[in-house]
Amino acid sequence: MSEAVPALSPEQMRSLLQTMYRIRAFEEKVDELFMRGEVHGTTHLSIGEEATAAGALQALRPDDYITSTHRGHGHCISKGADLKLMMAELLGKETGYCRGRGGSMHIADVASGNLGANGVVGGGIPIATGVGLSIKMQGLDRVCLCFFGDGAANEGTFHESINLASIWDLPVIFLCENNQYGMSMSVRKAMRCETIAQRAVAYGIPGERVDGNDVFAVYEAVAHAAARARAGQGPTLIEAVTYRYKGHSKSDQNRYRTRDEIRAWQERDPIKRLTAYLREHSLMTQEEIEREEAAAYQAIEEAYQFALASPEPDPDSLLEGVYA
Amino acid sequence: MSGPSSLPTTVATGAPQQAEAAQSQVQEMTYAEAIREALREEMRRDPRVFLMGEDIGIYGGAFGVTYGLIDEFGEERVRDTPISEAALAGCAIGAALTGMRPVAEFQFSDFMAIGMDQIVNQGAKLRFMFGGKAQVPVVFRAPLGSGTGAAAQHSQSLEAWFAHVPGLKVVLPSTPADVKGLLLSAIRDPNPVIFLEHKLLYRYKGPVPRGEWTVPIGQAEVKRPGKDLTIIALSIMVPRALAVAERLAEEGIEAEVVDPRTLRPLDEETLIASARKTGRVLIVHEAVLTGGFGGEIAARIAASEAFYYLDAPILRLGGAETPIPYNRTLERRATPQEEDIYQAARRLLQRRPL
Repeated sequence: MSEAVPALSPEQMRSLLQTMYRIRAFEEKVDELFMRGEVHGTTHLSIGEEATAAGALQALRPDDYITSTHRGHGHCISKGADLKLMMAELLGKETGYCRGRGGSMHIADVASGNLGANGVVGGGIPIATGVGLSIKMQGLDRVCLCFFGDGAANEGTFHESINLASIWDLPVIFLCENNQYGMSMSVRKAMRCETIAQRAVAYGIPGERVDGNDVFAVYEAVAHAAARARAGQGPTLIEAVTYRYKGHSKSDQNRYRTRDEIRAWQERDPIKRLTAYLREHSLMTQEEIEREEAAAYQAIEEAYQFALASPEPDPDSLLEGVYA
Repeated sequence: MSGPSSLPTTVATGAPQQAEAAQSQVQEMTYAEAIREALREEMRRDPRVFLMGEDIGIYGGAFGVTYGLIDEFGEERVRDTPISEAALAGCAIGAALTGMRPVAEFQFSDFMAIGMDQIVNQGAKLRFMFGGKAQVPVVFRAPLGSGTGAAAQHSQSLEAWFAHVPGLKVVLPSTPADVKGLLLSAIRDPNPVIFLEHKLLYRYKGPVPRGEWTVPIGQAEVKRPGKDLTIIALSIMVPRALAVAERLAEEGIEAEVVDPRTLRPLDEETLIASARKTGRVLIVHEAVLTGGFGGEIAARIAASEAFYYLDAPILRLGGAETPIPYNRTLERRATPQEEDIYQAARRLLQRRPL
């Protein structure tokens, strides 16, 4: 973990742990449901990447905006989403956040500032830039946090949007979750430059690379970027280096990486690191930590039961929501 | 007759019908001026409305449509963008999603291909994917069409691409009055609207009601009534069809010219009613015939009760199966001209009732 003492209260640290446990419990449940064939389509799990989402959202205010990615459950939960409505969405139920129309890849809660997961790599980056423009033109004291992956950093939208945000000093935080692979392609093969953060130089904005499995480091970087954005100093590019334990999606056979590599990253598990810190600094006892973990799995089970009991959408409502 | 200079400076328009408020006066102005007036009026009325696009500020846009607006509204609301069409499209969508009313201008509609993911996969679908809990009130304006010698990458008519996508509305105004009225409606519409302006039309003049004047999206208009055949024309083909109708009238034939004005949602009732009335239908657009929107119109008519009133098969006239060439003669040959429409109308009239 970070050497510096994080600027977080013990309550905030416990809240971070709660969020990270909830993300993991949610995704383990989703994995299980897919395996059992209870949900269809596909899903992209972020198990192992929880610190990035939780740390980033801890640094923002409730009325700030986010845009998310196909691997977005963690962002959604960290933004404060209702687990029941999330699980109902994954089960395609009418009570879900998107009335069962979106599913895992499109969960959104616009009312709370969550502008949605996105099924197109790099698709949310221009939208986040527009949100930044909207904030600026309306004179609001908000920021937009734009999540995307290492794969998106090679999309044209990444370059076009960061350039636009930089020339207009928009209050946007571009947060790249570098989990090492764009589906199967290693980031080392996909780009010549050493880091994604260094691409910030090309747009004349700060770029910072942090340990994405260190929740405090992510928090600090995003808090700093948010302060800059609110002060009218424009966007920041943050690269959080992390790793997904599970495959890209349901179809992934893990042919492109080794078990040793996965194991090595599991040694640096973000939840393990946070719990170790909390114990070492006597902020939580092992018993309290276990209670937090159990509570997360319990909350997910309740969400699942809610989703199971929820109604399916009425087939006659098919066309609702196409147009306003 | 290939350049704007050789086109008629005044074309007939349907009488303004849908004024929401009392019209104080009507003024003769060009299509481009009517767009500018709509933008100016709406920006004065609604502080959420702003413009973004390439060279729309001091330069005034590649076709001069936004000329002078930066003087009144400043560079915050008349926002020049870098040459980044994907960011332009997505940025407008993001702003619309969070309370603004952006009008984004693409310099040429061909360049919308660069922003297509944002328009089709994002803007058109966000509301639906989010369970109807979001709105994307954005207008994408763009010039389309050939006739300026701009060749294959600056001359296409791609309206059918957009009309194929649920979640988008697609508008192709053909007169100065319509372009103003439909643009006001488009900006006020809570959905993404693709607003396609034929670049030859920019210099056409016509009467335009001043002040509050809206034309509803999704409403076709009979531009000229007739009983012998129906010519359904899109965009630049409307003035050409009206000129042909004039010529046919001299020969004692009364052609009805119908302008759908909006492709999605399509006002099929008006088209079907006209087909039923005349029994002969010619559909004309500049877009390439294969996959062109005329096929959709023909199918809607053929599948309706108008089928039983048809005295001849529905005839479609569209662009040749080629990219738009540079050479002036070839360029004209690639898209329907007045003479082509006249000949097609004549062929249609020669077919005897079954």
